[in-house]
Amino acid sequence: MSQGLVDVFAEAKRAGDPQRLLDAVPYSKFLGLHAELQGDELITTMRYASHLIGNPALPALHGGTLGALLESAAIFELLWRAETVVLPKTITLTVDYLRSGGPVDTHARGVVTRHGRRVANVRVEAWQADRAAPVATAHAICLVMRD
Amino acid sequence: MTADRERFQRWFSDSIPHNHALAIEVLEVGKGEARFRLPYDARLVGNPDLGVLHGGAITSLLDGTSGAAVFAALAQLTPIATLDLRIDYLRPADPGRDVFARATCYKVTRNVAFTRAVAYHDDEADAIASSVGTFMLGTKRGGAGRPEGTP
Repeated sequence: MSQGLVDVFAEAKRAGDPQRLLDAVPYSKFLGLHAELQGDELITTMRYASHLIGNPALPALHGGTLGALLESAAIFELLWRAETVVLPKTITLTVDYLRSGGPVDTHARGVVTRHGRRVANVRVEAWQADRAAPVATAHAICLVMRD
Repeated sequence: MTADRERFQRWFSDSIPHNHALAIEVLEVGKGEARFRLPYDARLVGNPDLGVLHGGAITSLLDGTSGAAVFAALAQLTPIATLDLRIDYLRPADPGRDVFARATCYKVTRNVAFTRAVAYHDDEADAIASSVGTFMLGTKRGGAGRPEGTP
């Protein structure tokens, strides 16, 4: 990992502005991701856009976009909470699809269930209008040490 | 491009907005297998320092290819929905290179289909990611409360 992205992330944390993490990642822009602190919680939102649709008949979001949102939220949570900036690398991601994702904004929040020296486990939930009825959940296992 | 390939390209990519946005090319669909190509695109980069594609783009590729493999294993056109997808990231994609995915639907039961898939550049033995998925079969349009996969 070169210094560029690490510097951007460190600066985002100093400024208390998680959106700067996302602005540094081209794919986050492609998905339309936005990050916001709500109290203690870092909430990542995927703003609805027509190019996110996987089933135009329903219509429903593409499962891949929900997976990408969940993975991104897990990584942003790790970056935001970590004391030192190391870019986490996803080792495995397991997504459960619970409900059809409608053509509206989708929010996600990750919770670190264990942060070891080398590996961190993160549980993530994504929801739309009703947080109590998630559209998808995931657990991510990430490598969090420098290579 | 053969007539079949044109038809599958329309079904699995051109008519699915997100696959179309990713410029996914449908290479083969048949006999419980599918092969897609994801062209390299700077908009899909996760780490701009390295120019490496984001895992999310690989997830969309594997989900779409796996769904197509399920359709290719079914005797008749049935709506499907991804139940779960597990992805192992084996190594970073090389900057600037297209990513291919091959998916196999290796088991179909009355309600559920099971898939395996792999994402790679030119050698499946040196894969970027591998996945296993399960898909619900015969979901009603919107009625089952689950997302439908590809068309």
